[in-house]
Amino acid sequence: MCTYVTETLPVTGSAKGPDGWIRVTDATVYFDHPAHALAEHTLNIDVRRPEAGPAARVAVELTADSARELAHAILRILDDPSVVSLG
Amino acid sequence: MYDATLAETVYFRGHDDDVIEGYCARPLDGASRGGVVVIHHLPGYDRETKEFVRRFAVMGFNAVCPNLYTRLAPGASPDDAAALARAQGGVADEQVVGDVAGAMRWLAALSNSNGKVVTIGHCSGGRHSFLASTHLDLAAAIVCYGGLIVGETPPQLPSMVPLVDRSPLVRCPILGLFGNDDQFPTPAQVDELEKTLQSNGKDVEFHRYDGAGHAFFGPDRPAYRVEAALDGWSRIQAFLDRHLAG
Repeated sequence: MCTYVTETLPVTGSAKGPDGWIRVTDATVYFDHPAHALAEHTLNIDVRRPEAGPAARVAVELTADSARELAHAILRILDDPSVVSLG
Repeated sequence: MYDATLAETVYFRGHDDDVIEGYCARPLDGASRGGVVVIHHLPGYDRETKEFVRRFAVMGFNAVCPNLYTRLAPGASPDDAAALARAQGGVADEQVVGDVAGAMRWLAALSNSNGKVVTIGHCSGGRHSFLASTHLDLAAAIVCYGGLIVGETPPQLPSMVPLVDRSPLVRCPILGLFGNDDQFPTPAQVDELEKTLQSNGKDVEFHRYDGAGHAFFGPDRPAYRVEAALDGWSRIQAFLDRHLAG
């Protein structure tokens, strides 16, 4: 459906889904119609472990405004001087 | 009036003779009737698409939706399968055409088939319905806000090449239903598609709805627009009655 605007990238870390924690290796970021959120379009993120099958993912669908706020919050944290020195 | 219908998962051979899954619904009264291949959208072989399949049976047609993600994620939930399909750049057009052809053969083999088949799809399925009309001997094809028939291939989804240049290859009448607030496709892209088909002498019936955007047929979405959807369903019924008769 139908912006098709998608980026995929490797990631390192873990995510927790209904079956517990999985070590994730890949992420897909796209802006398109959500499966569940009540908005016409959302910023969607799948963090995945493809080698464990299609269900090994944690998905979020956020409105554009809340996704931007989340992205800014992530960058503020990562750019905080006390964090940069740990990176 | 006997009005029983049967809805169930079936299996048939699609592209490359692979066995794929499909969801069918059909009237059980034995009367001769045409078939509808429902092509699911990028978010997958989901509950909403299966509801469309059952609606076509109630409207008087045999219907089947091939699961285009059967090979990629057998048995996975529709949203997980769709996430994987997206991450891998979508499904190749050639494979979609082969799977739709398999669904057509499955419909034609039903004892009550009159041999005529129409495709319908929404969003990316609308693009695929148009694609099928350039390859397969359909009675007609229905395109509901199909994106990227006109436009440019997004770099992240190389399988989504534009198709408007293939308009001379269209083999059957086309019904198109679009929202004027849609950006995928834009009203200008809808106009370009209609003009290109008309200039190639094709049988085209396009309807456009003010106040409606993408996915206006989806009753469980904020994009649902009841007036556009109801008029659209009436256009679909009339189109199917006309092209699947006999």
